[in-house]
Amino acid sequence: MQGSFAKHAYSMGNLGIKSRAVRTAEDLKLIDALILPGGESTTMTLLLENEGLWDPLNEALKTLPVFGTCAGAILLGQQIDDERVRCFNRINYKAERNAYGRQIESFSTTLVIPSILDHDFHAVFIRAPKFREIGPEVVPLAVFGSDPVLLKQGKVLVASFHPELTDDPSIHKYFMDEIVLKSR
Amino acid sequence: MTKELFEVKTGLAEMLKGGVIMDVTTPKEAVIAEKAGAVAVMALERIPADIRKDGGIARASDPKMIKEIQQAVSIPVMAKCRIGHFAEAQILEALEVDYIDESEVLTPADEANHIWKHDFKTPFVCGATNLSEALRRLGEGAALIRTKGEPGTGNIVEAVRHMRTINTEMAQLSTLRRDELMAVAKEMGAPFHLVDQVAETGKLPVPNFSAGGIATPADASLMMQLGAETIFVGSGIFKSENPSAMAKAIVQAATFYDNPKKLAEISEGLGSAMKGLDMSEITPEERMQDRGW
Repeated sequence: MQGSFAKHAYSMGNLGIKSRAVRTAEDLKLIDALILPGGESTTMTLLLENEGLWDPLNEALKTLPVFGTCAGAILLGQQIDDERVRCFNRINYKAERNAYGRQIESFSTTLVIPSILDHDFHAVFIRAPKFREIGPEVVPLAVFGSDPVLLKQGKVLVASFHPELTDDPSIHKYFMDEIVLKSR
Repeated sequence: MTKELFEVKTGLAEMLKGGVIMDVTTPKEAVIAEKAGAVAVMALERIPADIRKDGGIARASDPKMIKEIQQAVSIPVMAKCRIGHFAEAQILEALEVDYIDESEVLTPADEANHIWKHDFKTPFVCGATNLSEALRRLGEGAALIRTKGEPGTGNIVEAVRHMRTINTEMAQLSTLRRDELMAVAKEMGAPFHLVDQVAETGKLPVPNFSAGGIATPADASLMMQLGAETIFVGSGIFKSENPSAMAKAIVQAATFYDNPKKLAEISEGLGSAMKGLDMSEITPEERMQDRGW
């Protein structure tokens, strides 16, 4: 609906995978997996609700493999204490919006993710959230300092940073190989 | 600028794509904008239409007002400084605004030089009327370009002109041989490495948004179909009959910009858009787009 969808499509394209924008309930029937991109979670909530897409998407997310980055990750968690944002409760944490601060606190860093990647990953954090009250069923794949930043639960993968902003599609590849293909 | 800082600066603009950034002058307006689905707000004391009407010197906003707006909403808050007024920009950075707009809407502080934007950690957006101007601003460190259009008019004609000009010039560059690019860069008065980069990729190295005259959902659709990735709406919302409905409609139009049926629904019964100004009603001295170079 809004956000860094073009960058995600580019990352998927680098892997030879076709993607399409989902803007209506009909579009949902045409996909095998979904990415909820970075963007503004308040805007996404309003667009999903105004277009009558929130309920169909909520239903689809019960079975659909999904990858959420930043705002997308906020929406996939448990309902947060902010009425401007409506969450899908698909992964067990509560996100804290803009937890690092405003844009001046945005940064990039190198993450080591040995459980899934054989090389370091350059990660860009933009007004990023932090994941709080993480449930035991959630698997942390990467941490920055003491904060988990890449998490998995069942068919749900989330990152508080933006793998779509770098030219390295290896986290997208992990999502495709280990979550989408294995859930078929 | 290091690659790392550049990607963090442009990264926020990537997150704003497919959205609408709205001019607001009070916390109350900021909340209306956020509730309508704005991806960011631009905090300023007077919207361009009123600056145009009131005359006098237009400066950066009162920090108190910017802080109140930052407290009222959770979305990014941008603010404007005068062209070349790096002290105003330093103050805006100290206030931790998310983006600084070095804007022709305010009265220019320096007629020769723009701000050296590489010195800041806060990203800058700058207006452009053509590709040369856009590349000069990028050379100075801007992380986002927008068309200037003609602010405060509700008249889309100049934004269209600027977007088409930038597109045409990028297309022309990409047809040239590499040994022709230095001469073109000299002609354009633009940094060679950026001319070279645009010639190779056919696009700007940063996101390209549109501003200056957008007043209806159809205007937003037009600019996005012409290549704008996000829309700035200044006077178009709070000078319309029903700001909340107009704001919501323009947000929807930014998502469904290529779906005419949907746009017809969105555009229905919004009340009147801002009255607007024909370009012939503006004297050459009153043209904001000619501020800066």
